[in-house]
Amino acid sequence: MSQDSPKPSRRDQALGGEDEQLWEAVAEPSRRRVLDLILAHGEATPTMLAAELPFTRQAVAKHLAVLARAGLVEGQRHGREIRYSVRPERLDAASQAMAHVAAQWDVRLQAIKRLAEAQARMTPSEPPPDPP
Amino acid sequence: MIPSVIEREILIEAPVQTVWGVVTEPGQISRWFSDAAEIDLRPGGEGTLTFEMRATNERATVRLLVETAEPPHTFAFRWDYPAGATAHEGNSTRVEFTLIAEGESTRLRVTESGFPKLERPEEEKAVYADVHGKGWDIHLVSLRDYVSGQS
Repeated sequence: MSQDSPKPSRRDQALGGEDEQLWEAVAEPSRRRVLDLILAHGEATPTMLAAELPFTRQAVAKHLAVLARAGLVEGQRHGREIRYSVRPERLDAASQAMAHVAAQWDVRLQAIKRLAEAQARMTPSEPPPDPP
Repeated sequence: MIPSVIEREILIEAPVQTVWGVVTEPGQISRWFSDAAEIDLRPGGEGTLTFEMRATNERATVRLLVETAEPPHTFAFRWDYPAGATAHEGNSTRVEFTLIAEGESTRLRVTESGFPKLERPEEEKAVYADVHGKGWDIHLVSLRDYVSGQS
């Protein structure tokens, strides 16, 4: 690779605010449980979710609000209840945001490898002691 | 499942001491990570990573806080916390490098964990399409895995 190949960028530069939102939404374990449960059911109402999770209805509503703001779920009103379903394209984007961070580390590790191996070649380690 | 910890590793044909130097010395960090670096390499020591934004010709300085520095095997720090704040769980991520000798080589592992639960104001929303349009070479998780992996 040439010398002036671009250095891997900082995470913030690559991830816009919207990705941070996605992140925030999926980084929280209890929110992931909410998300998992909606996925498992196809759609779910807050009442259903609260019945199956060890959270209060209020907590479920908060999690749903964060997930909805990140665009991961959407709600549709059916009579008195709102049924939530997952928006798969946004879920995929969330996993891609994480994948991008992983890819940056891959680039950095490759750079570390090149530097360390070049140094090891320049200053060979001491030869192993001769067998007696 | 979308991971909350990123873990990558690589095998390097160089002794552990050499790799340790590349990973922790400011003069070397500026060759694989930021454009400039300063680090007080001891637990509780602080440092900065400076990035030059080529597009805007601006500089961005990111602070880091050393959590573990056990030469030549473990180096861990928190980074990317807001200016003026103290690094803690919830406002920064934790990066840990582990160096393991394998014969003449070194296995270097990095994990990044604890992605912050940032509450961003609406107006900070940046252009999502910019990120999305770049084309991703690595998919840790596909939607199919996510959905079919339910247990």
